Amino acid sequence: MSDTIISSNGAMNAVPSSRFYVREHHPENGTMLGFWLYLMSDCLVFACLFATYAVLGRNYAGGPTGAELFDLPLVAVNTSLLLLSSITYGFAMLEMQDKRQRNTLIWLAITGILGACFIGFELTEFAHLIHEGNGPQRSGFLTSFFALVATHGLHVSFGIVWLVTLMTQVGKHGLTPENRRRLMCLSMFWHFLDVVWIGVFTFVYLMGVLP
Amino acid sequence: MSTHHENPAHDADHGHHDDHGHHTHADHGSLKSYVIGFLLAVVLTAIPFWLVMGKVFDKSSVTGLVLLAFAAVQVVVHMIYFLHMNTRSEGGWSMLALIFTLMLVFIMLSGSLWVMYHLNHNMMPGMMESAPESIPQMHDMHDMNHMQ
Repeated sequence: MSDTIISSNGAMNAVPSSRFYVREHHPENGTMLGFWLYLMSDCLVFACLFATYAVLGRNYAGGPTGAELFDLPLVAVNTSLLLLSSITYGFAMLEMQDKRQRNTLIWLAITGILGACFIGFELTEFAHLIHEGNGPQRSGFLTSFFALVATHGLHVSFGIVWLVTLMTQVGKHGLTPENRRRLMCLSMFWHFLDVVWIGVFTFVYLMGVLP
Repeated sequence: MSTHHENPAHDADHGHHDDHGHHTHADHGSLKSYVIGFLLAVVLTAIPFWLVMGKVFDKSSVTGLVLLAFAAVQVVVHMIYFLHMNTRSEGGWSMLALIFTLMLVFIMLSGSLWVMYHLNHNMMPGMMESAPESIPQMHDMHDMNHMQ
């Protein structure tokens, strides 16, 4: 961080005010970078869970295998829901850029509904598995499966809570610079969860049903 | 970092700092980039599902490798078109953080698999192969219990 000031001093000796300017500007830049660093640490959390699944994913303990349990059409529906919600959030950001508050809120609402549907399907799947006696305690495979997929689902759930909070904020205060910054953070969070889901549906579901 | 220097002209209108100081186009993207990203993502998602559900390849190891390749490409597509990653945003720091994270993830994943593979006395099947029922699996369980 300090090299910002140093380099700007070097380059901008002629303009005395540049130093003050850089300092004042810094906190706003910091939010996006800081949030990105948080996402990277979250990425490590998921990587640990993926590693656990990679190690335990075939330890069925005589129980059901992925091929017997996973309902691929449902996973395909879930995947498309999440992918759609990614682009609707993108549309919300474009509307925000053009300062159209009402359209932003509409796209955010659609994103939230898609996310809620995703969580709904996932909970149905979990309830079905647990009901059949294939809960997380059944085998190493199911433990690591629930840990990984549920952590992702939990992230999406909190993303929805955040989304609703921001919709209220935007509805109340409008697209202020603060709210725009928050929406940008949530945008990164939401797209990041979609990236993690790519890993989940490929590595857990699709590769899990392979013989 | 150099972008800061070009900005003093905007010093007066504080209200627009967000727009000018933060590479607006890089941060939010455009309709075109979102649509391109979305279409690419749909194709890159549909093909893996088709490969598995249509049982296109006979060998599951081939399918597995192809699936991983598609996933890797799709992750890059999402990074570029949705997360708007590039080498310039935040003066390159976000890219640096990403590379560092990927390095850690790689070490952690490959290290875990390597160690656990040997810990299981080579009984742990590779990720692509099916676990033989019966004895090797009991063996696995045994090892797992010891670990805890």
